[in-house]
Amino acid sequence: MSAKERILAKLGRSLAGTTPLADDYDEALVTAPWAYPPEQRIPRLRELLEAVHGETQLTTAADWPARVVEALAKRGIDELLIAPDTPHGQQFAGHVAEKATAIRLKAYDRPVEEWKDELFFNTPASLTGTLGGIAATGSLIMCPTTSEPRLMSLVPPLHIALLKASEVYDNLYTVLQAQAWAQGLPTNALLVSGPSKTADIQQTLAYGAHGPKELIVLILEDA
Amino acid sequence: MNAPAPTQASTQPPSGATAATHAPAIPMTFKQRAHDAVHDKQLRKNFRGAMDFLMAKRAAQFPDGDEFERLRTFGNHVRARALSKLPELLERLETNLTRNGVKVHWAETVDEANAIVHDIVHAHEAKQVIKGKSMVSEEMEMNHYLEGHGVDCLESDMGEFIVQLGKEKPSHIIMPAIHLNAGQVASLFHDKLEVDYTEDVDRLIQIGRETLRRKFFEADIGVSGVNFAIAETGSLLLVENEGNGRMSTTVPPVHIAVTGIEKVVENLRDVVPLLSLLTRSATGQPITTYVNVISGPRKAEELDGPQEVHLVLLDNGRSQAFADSELRQTLNCIRCGACMNHCPVYTRIGGHAYGTVYPGPIGKIITPHMLGLEETKDLPSASSLCGACGEVCPVRIPIPAILRRLREENVRAPDEAPKYMRGQGSKYSRTEGMAWKGWRLLNTSPRLYRVFKLAATRLSALTPPKLGPWTEHHSAPKAAPRSLHELARDHLGED
Repeated sequence: MSAKERILAKLGRSLAGTTPLADDYDEALVTAPWAYPPEQRIPRLRELLEAVHGETQLTTAADWPARVVEALAKRGIDELLIAPDTPHGQQFAGHVAEKATAIRLKAYDRPVEEWKDELFFNTPASLTGTLGGIAATGSLIMCPTTSEPRLMSLVPPLHIALLKASEVYDNLYTVLQAQAWAQGLPTNALLVSGPSKTADIQQTLAYGAHGPKELIVLILEDA
Repeated sequence: MNAPAPTQASTQPPSGATAATHAPAIPMTFKQRAHDAVHDKQLRKNFRGAMDFLMAKRAAQFPDGDEFERLRTFGNHVRARALSKLPELLERLETNLTRNGVKVHWAETVDEANAIVHDIVHAHEAKQVIKGKSMVSEEMEMNHYLEGHGVDCLESDMGEFIVQLGKEKPSHIIMPAIHLNAGQVASLFHDKLEVDYTEDVDRLIQIGRETLRRKFFEADIGVSGVNFAIAETGSLLLVENEGNGRMSTTVPPVHIAVTGIEKVVENLRDVVPLLSLLTRSATGQPITTYVNVISGPRKAEELDGPQEVHLVLLDNGRSQAFADSELRQTLNCIRCGACMNHCPVYTRIGGHAYGTVYPGPIGKIITPHMLGLEETKDLPSASSLCGACGEVCPVRIPIPAILRRLREENVRAPDEAPKYMRGQGSKYSRTEGMAWKGWRLLNTSPRLYRVFKLAATRLSALTPPKLGPWTEHHSAPKAAPRSLHELARDHLGED
C-alpha cells in the first residue's frame, strides 16, 4: 500500500458510520458587516491602505500618467517597468513620448531567467493594472498575466498600481462571486494590501521587507 | 528537542565574539527548561511586551463581540465540515491540483516527507533551497535534513532568518524571533553578517532584505507552507506580510509546498471567514499584505513563476487525532497563535521551554499526536486550565477540555483498551491509581467516611509534616480538631 492509501484508509476507518456535515455557509455574516454605500467604498479603501503606508491618489483616466511622472520625479527615478501591450501601458508610453519626459521605459517581455539580474538589481519601479479593489480590507486584486507577470508587482522597490473606482468591491465574498473565481483561477491570484512589511523584530513595524518598499495606488475616479 | 536560548540584556554593542544568543547547555526536561525560563528576566520582559502588544492588536480587530462569536462558530463549522469529509476532500484536492499541473505527494511520517523533498532536490541537482515560513517544515526538521545531504536551506521570513542565524528554533509560530529584542538582533547581525552594530529596526530589516534578495535570486528551489488548500479549485493559499512567501514561491524554478493533511477546505468561498479570523486573530490585521493563491506552475506563455510545483501532504500523527471525535477538533486549528498570545504559561516561560515545534496551548494538544505521550507527558499538565486559549480560539477548539482529556490518557493504564494515543499511560502509576480508587471508596461510603473523619480530626497531631511535592511550596495541611459537620450540628443544636 502506498502512503496515500494508508492515510486515506486510516481516515476512512475513523469516519465509518458518520455522515458528512451539511454546508451551512452563512453568506450574510461575511457580507453584511462589510457592506458600504458606494460613496464610502473609496474613502474606506484609502484609509486602510494609508494606515499601512500605502499612498493613494485620486485622479482620472486622462490625468494619471502625469501623476506617475510626478511620483517618479519626486523620488529621482528615471526608469519604469511597464507592460506595453496593455491599454494603460500604451497610454503611458504615449504620454512619455508626447511630453518628451526623460523616463526610460522597460518591458517585461521575456522570461525572467533572461533578465533576472536587471529585474532584481536595476529596476527601481513598476506600473501595473489591477482587477479591482476591496473596501473592507483595503486590498488590490491582481491576477498576473503574460503582459504583467507575477514578479512585476513584487521585485521593484516602488510599485504603482492603477485602480478603477468602478471596480472597488465591498468585500472578498462579493469579489469571488462577481469575478467567478471558483469557476477558474489563473496560476496566481493575489490580494495586495500595502507595501511589504514586517514586525518580526521586537514588534516594531518596518516597511520594505522583501517586496516593494512603496506602493502608490492611483484611483481613476472616472473609470 | 530544542533548548531555550539564554538571553542577555544586550542593549550595548557586544564585546569580542559574544553573540546575543549562543548555544546553551541543554536542560533535559520541560520542568527544568520552564524553571530556567521563568528566572530569565530578559526573556520574561520580551514575552510580556510582545504578548501585551499582540493581545491589544487582536482585541482592536474584534470590536463587535457578537460578530466575533458568530464568525468563530462559522469558522468552526467550515473546519468541522472539511474534516467530516476529509478523505474525499484530499482526493478532490489531489485531482484538481494534478489537473492544474501540480504534483501531489503523500507522506505518513516526517522521514517520508523529507525523502520526497530530497528526491525532488536531487532530481534538480539543487544546492540552494530558500524557504518561506513553514511550521510543517519545522516538524520535518527539513533544514537539518537537507544540510545533511549537502543542500543549503535558508530561511527567508525575517523572524525565521534571525533564529536560523542564531542557530535557534522559532519560539512562536507566527513571530519566530519574538523572544529577542532589537538589541539582541543587532548583536546577532553584527556578529554573523559583519555589519555595523545598529538597533535601528528599519536598518536591520534592510540588512535582511539585501542579504536575502541575493538568495532568492540564486535559489534552485523554493519551499513554503500552506495556510489553506482548496479542494474545489486545486489551489494553495498563503498569507504573509513580507513578500518572502511570494518570492519563494515565484522566483526559484521549483516550488515545493509542504502541509498537514488537515489544512484542506472544501470550497474557495470557505476561505473567506477563515482568512478574516486568521489575520485578525494572529496579528490584529484586517488582512495580511499578501494573500497569494497558487493554482499551478508557470504556463508555456507565462514569463515567470516556477516551472514545477509540488505539494507534500504530511500525516505525522494527525490521523491519530482524527480517529477520536473529541481529539479530532485539534485539527480545526488554522495556526493563528492567538492561544499562545493569551496563555499565562506561554507568556511566562516563552516558546522554547516547551521543547517542541508548536509551543503554547495548541502545541500541548497537537504535539502528543506527533511525538507520542511518552515524549510529551508533561505538556498536558503545563496549564492552569484558565480557559483563555479556548475563549480566543477563532475556530472554537475546546483546548482546555482536550488538555483534560490528554491528562486522562496520560494516566490510563498503558494496556487499557481502547487505545487512543501513542504513549497512553505515560504518567500511569499503580500507587496513584490505587490512591484514587481508595479516595473514591472513602467518599462514596458514608460509614467509612465517618471513621476516616474521626481519625483525621482527633489524630490531626499525627499528620506528617512533609507531604511530597505539596510541602515544597505549601505548609502541610492539618485537620481542625472538629469537622465542619460537627460544628454545624452544634450550631443548629442537633445531636
